[in-house]
Amino acid sequence: MAVQKLPLAKALNESLRKALETDPKVLVMGLDVGKLGGVFRITDGLQKDFGEDRVIDTPLAESGIVGTAIGLALRGYRPVVEIQFDGFVFPAYDQIVSQLAKMRARSLGTVKMPIVIRIPYGGGIGAVEHHSESPESLFAHVAGLKVVTPANPSDAYWMLQQAIQSDDPVVFFEPKRRYWDKGEVDVEAIPGELHKARVAREGTDLTLLAYGPMVKTCLEAAAAAAEEGKSIEVVDLRSISPLDFDTIQASVEKTRRLVVVHEAPVFFGSGAEIAARITERCFYHLEAPVLRVGGYHAPYPPARLEEEYLPGLDRVLDAVDRSLAF
Amino acid sequence: MTVESTAARKTTRRSSGTKRTASASASAKKATASQSAEPELVQLLTPEGQRVQHPEYDIDLNSEELRGLYRDMVLSRRFDAEATALQRQGELGLWASLLGQEAAQIGSGRALRDDDYVFPTYREHAVAWCRGVDPTNLLGMFRGVNHGGWDPNSNNFHLYTIVLGSQTLHATGYAMGVAKDGADSAVIAYFGDGASSQGDVNEAFVFAAVYNAPVVFFCQNNQWAISEPIEKQTRVPLYQRARGFGFPGVRVDGNDVLACLAVTRSALERARRGEGPTLIEAYTYRMAAHTTSDDPTRYRRDAEREEWEAKDPILRLKTYLENEGHADAAFFEELEAESETLGKHVREVVRAMPVPEHMAIFDNVYADGHALVDEERAQFAAYQASFEGGEAE
Ligand SMILES: Cc1ncc(C[n+]2csc(CCOP(=O)(O)OP(=O)(O)O)c2C)c(N)n1
Repeated sequence: MAVQKLPLAKALNESLRKALETDPKVLVMGLDVGKLGGVFRITDGLQKDFGEDRVIDTPLAESGIVGTAIGLALRGYRPVVEIQFDGFVFPAYDQIVSQLAKMRARSLGTVKMPIVIRIPYGGGIGAVEHHSESPESLFAHVAGLKVVTPANPSDAYWMLQQAIQSDDPVVFFEPKRRYWDKGEVDVEAIPGELHKARVAREGTDLTLLAYGPMVKTCLEAAAAAAEEGKSIEVVDLRSISPLDFDTIQASVEKTRRLVVVHEAPVFFGSGAEIAARITERCFYHLEAPVLRVGGYHAPYPPARLEEEYLPGLDRVLDAVDRSLAF
Repeated sequence: MTVESTAARKTTRRSSGTKRTASASASAKKATASQSAEPELVQLLTPEGQRVQHPEYDIDLNSEELRGLYRDMVLSRRFDAEATALQRQGELGLWASLLGQEAAQIGSGRALRDDDYVFPTYREHAVAWCRGVDPTNLLGMFRGVNHGGWDPNSNNFHLYTIVLGSQTLHATGYAMGVAKDGADSAVIAYFGDGASSQGDVNEAFVFAAVYNAPVVFFCQNNQWAISEPIEKQTRVPLYQRARGFGFPGVRVDGNDVLACLAVTRSALERARRGEGPTLIEAYTYRMAAHTTSDDPTRYRRDAEREEWEAKDPILRLKTYLENEGHADAAFFEELEAESETLGKHVREVVRAMPVPEHMAIFDNVYADGHALVDEERAQFAAYQASFEGGEAE
């Protein structure tokens, strides 16, 4: 059956399976990806079916994982690396930023770096420290990396396929608190391009722009606002770098108002870049300044405070009201 | 063995892509086999509770001291069991059990002097106990009300560190400071077999050796890093690595509290004498799951746990205490009652642990204050107040 209803986690698992089947050069690497199937079971059953040479349990060393993936890529492999949690990517940050991102430019385009770094990210699962962060801006700021994040199972399936096929390094952020959300996946569909944003809900009064875990929150906010007679458009960014400004611009020219929502801290976050560019592009269309809703300039708090920290329905609707009041 | 695997490697270098993979894993299997040739283990108390001698690490403890070690182990196991139960009841979000590692932790922890400094990972509950840290303090982080929540300097017990291996560098730097100050305290850093693969740990070894820092690296090799067995981290016994960095390494029976005490004491003394770092590999076993979120049935055999249960650190000391007349029935009864009290106390304190005020999000971000934090704090307060006043409806 081409169309299946799958949780996002299972869609990723199917996507990895497909990639391993299709291309013998694809490798899956990381901590606990083998017998355990990863702490979130994204790689469940893959080692059993593809063997330890292709689904590789690595030593507990993130710099080592990414550094050796670079070497494997130089040798013609396409490693898909799993970082166990967002907060544990930093031991590998040097390899990603100083080496992986620059390899193509340094080699005058002769070297390909077809590496995907999968990172479960974001909060909302009641975890301890370092398990709930949203570091996407830290990667988007680095030239040479693509940074993408699916918000639903279909995108999870297809965007991961596309990321693996890309000859550029892709940091693939997975919204961990949406892993268990189900949605339809058409494994025979012709997917949209990896870098394209998607209008997830049409509206005329205001655009809510989000990605990853916040898309669902924004759709809920739009539905709640509809009950009050407000017509909210929701755009799912999908790709943070590159950014699809054309889709955002088209939406803003229609609605004239933009609120950007993400879990990461607002200060120097992706919303800042979007606000600045959209202000340049759409200055005469805007009825209100671009507003941002996101995390605070404070360490991600302990689990019992995360509901206060994370943008929820109320905070999104509050920003909608503020924008409409201009 | 070594010759064979080198030969295997040479052939693979010349062979084709597909063959390469096959021979590479064959040579890997050989390496595993060579590792299982078990190296010397410092032991003073056998799994059967027999006292044995060791030429280098002997120790002389009186009955009271022996009972003290036993009491520490029993109470820390009880505390751990209580925390596991509290997690099951939804009072804690997560728990990392120390079950099986009591001897490694109590032995090393009781070797410390008050002015020594401890850098733990996140499973060192029994070391915290030795430091006099209120055990309920350890639970805040797992309950999700703080990220540590104690003052490390009040007991010379640093905050738990979740990013693996990071604290080994902090410990080394702290030890460098101790040496600069001309003090004769020592520092101990705890980490796991998995963490030994991290760059930070290896960099800590380099710094400690180069600066002759008074630090003891205490690796609890509990055989597993979540689902990954020790063979996925190393091909040589971990303690042997120290030599390559330029300091001694020793493997101790991590389920033997006497040996852990003796070996750690000796390494700390060496550090105090200005002779530099030591790596101790406490060879032990993680009897429970990695954490309460983990399912070990997916990756390890039940029989393995049973094999290690026969080496239980608490049972062997109990046998010894009883056989040698170091403790009587009354002692064990009193200890049981004390365990009950501790368990009850832990339950009560955890259930009463308050959720912090919302505004705590903005506390302690900077020492000097910061305009952005002040602005966001004010916005947040106004937003919260809008609900309390009911205006948001
Ligand atoms: C840098 C980093 N990567 C990954 C993790 C996730 N993680 C937490 S514990 C653990 C296994 C640790 O094993 P080990 O060091 O042997 O200590 P143990 O838990 O067995 O005591 C992993 C992979 C982490 N905490 N930090």
